[in-house]
Amino acid sequence: MIQTAQQRPAAASDPFVAAFARVEQARAGQPSWLFPLRKAGLARFAELGFPTLQHEDWRFTNVAPIAQLPFRPLLASSVTQLPSNFIATLPMASLAGPRAVFVDGHFAPALSNLGNLPKGVKVASLAAALVDDAALVQKHLGQHVRDDANAFAALNAAYFQDGAFIFVPAGVVVPEPIQLIHVASSREAGATANLRHLIIAEAASQSTIIESYVAAVDAPYFTNVVTELVAADSARVEHCKFQDESTAAFHIAALHATFGRASNVWHHSFALGARIARNSIRTRLEGEGLECILNGLYLPKGNQIVDHHMLVEHAEPRCASHEYFNGILDDHAKGVFHGRILVQRGAQKTDAKQTNKNLLLSDTATVDTKPQLEIYADDVKCTHGATIGQMNDESVFYLRSRGIGTELARRMLMHGFAGEIIDRVQHMALREVMDKIIWERLEMNPQIAERK
Amino acid sequence: MSLLEIKNLHAGVDGKQIIKGLTLTINPGEVHAVMGPNGSGKSTLAAVLAGREGYHVTQGEVLYKGVDLLDFAPEERAREGLFLAFQYPVEIPGVNTTYFLKAALNELRKHRGLPEVDAIEFLDIIKDKIQLLELREDLLKRSVNEGFSGGEKKRAEILQMAVLEPTLAVLDETDSGLDIDALRIVANGVNHLKRADNAQLVITHYQRLLNHIVPDYVHVLFDGRIVKSGGKELAFELEAKGYDWLIKGHKDQLQPA
Repeated sequence: MIQTAQQRPAAASDPFVAAFARVEQARAGQPSWLFPLRKAGLARFAELGFPTLQHEDWRFTNVAPIAQLPFRPLLASSVTQLPSNFIATLPMASLAGPRAVFVDGHFAPALSNLGNLPKGVKVASLAAALVDDAALVQKHLGQHVRDDANAFAALNAAYFQDGAFIFVPAGVVVPEPIQLIHVASSREAGATANLRHLIIAEAASQSTIIESYVAAVDAPYFTNVVTELVAADSARVEHCKFQDESTAAFHIAALHATFGRASNVWHHSFALGARIARNSIRTRLEGEGLECILNGLYLPKGNQIVDHHMLVEHAEPRCASHEYFNGILDDHAKGVFHGRILVQRGAQKTDAKQTNKNLLLSDTATVDTKPQLEIYADDVKCTHGATIGQMNDESVFYLRSRGIGTELARRMLMHGFAGEIIDRVQHMALREVMDKIIWERLEMNPQIAERK
Repeated sequence: MSLLEIKNLHAGVDGKQIIKGLTLTINPGEVHAVMGPNGSGKSTLAAVLAGREGYHVTQGEVLYKGVDLLDFAPEERAREGLFLAFQYPVEIPGVNTTYFLKAALNELRKHRGLPEVDAIEFLDIIKDKIQLLELREDLLKRSVNEGFSGGEKKRAEILQMAVLEPTLAVLDETDSGLDIDALRIVANGVNHLKRADNAQLVITHYQRLLNHIVPDYVHVLFDGRIVKSGGKELAFELEAKGYDWLIKGHKDQLQPA
């Protein structure tokens, strides 16, 4: 065959682009306004390609293993393969409240429980909401995603099929947490769930939302999720993301959030699983006098990489944002923290703080931490700090001086290091479940567990 | 038998000699005050007694209940009834105060062959003591010392002392940073814990704490040695005249470190 001049070397992203036409056919029932959004996502992805270590936002996390996967977007759910009691075995299942379960990126109504929602509250699959709540979804979907050259978010826009739609009307209080549980059940390498969640909390509403990512298999699948979250004026939202994927799998997540005047938002990220896990968190503080807390804990071991990459954009005056991220790293694990606080010109009286603390349990675990302040206002309070190290000797001595032996002192401090983060969970039942999960996970580590 | 016998102790930190021949004996039922200007070695004495890492003893001995204290790890000393109230109590985020105190109490009880207390029994124990120190009960649910005010931290140290019921309590500058009300509460707590079979070693820079905790003996520490001992009236004398009159003669013969 004669090669034409237009040909270029094959890019790793090519198969990811080529699948589009095939996938598009499978979505015949979806509204036409989505098509341009998808096309734009595809074009953006083709343009960007997979990020490399030369890309400033990805310089510490090598995603080549994802680019090398065969791309197999999961067009249908394999819910039938799941053991019937699987959901019941999850610690999160002990929490009361509405629950939407997704298997391989698709809503699983038989495993979900969405009865007894407070009046006006909607929890549904996004695929259904595209039809049933078309106006509302169209107004928000894709509107809160910040274009910061995130190829994975672009890929998600091109390929997402389902996810959750949550709507909490103005003034409504939802006391029980709304749970989104995603289960990976495909053993195929490169089986990809492109999930898209849209969460709208209207003015002065109160809600707790939990996103869990768990696995029924140990396999190199790929979860690529984008969550858009809107907390309107005076809304109080607690959003907890719990990721416990297979340690052979890849988990790329982006939270794009917009917060209104006087809102109160807590975002928690508990990152336990996946071979490579990346959380891009993009928050835009666009109302006066709001407070947000970004709070995270990561516990990688083996060869796991956990990356939290944040942008907190202060666009209005008198807002407070606090970031607290703690990591406990073992073996050859790697942690990445990138916290960028951007204070726009008009955002006077900003109170922004970020802290990243890391405990290294082995000589071969590493952390790259990069706090960053970018300030265009002149009357602000911004602080950042990062620590990487071993156990604090002064704390160990204090506990020992009370009769507590070195081993128990170490364990207490380790649990305490995790507990600092867990204690910021506002919803008490959720806090207890997280405490139990984390405690048990730490106790599985022979370096921490009681030596018998 | 004396509870504590310090004989010709020489000790220091980071290669620097700070205590240079200190001798002190404490019997059960006694309250001793060690006073002295900054840098005289007061906190080093507390650190050596509690077993803080990095402090080295080059000469002399410390007998506690007749055995060599320096052979024991900090936690072993604590289990044997030695307690140090820290000058700067350490904040331990994420470790719940109740959990910590119950664990400490149970370590002591195990060491003494007593059954461990459970959560309910522990609450019974701690309830009165919380009141004694005039602390709020919600403090028990918070992380150890985290976000406590200066006064709360010092009161919480004495709360721990009340729970652990030490045989020898060493109070390292417990009065520093306290207002008059907190000082009264702390002193009241300490006095309440005094018994015929235990002893207290109060380390302080100022005399004012000794208005509330009345010592049987007062020792003046200067340049790593006790330069004068006396009864409680010595503290008043120091308050009136300062340290200069006592240390004048010694300043001339300051030993190089």
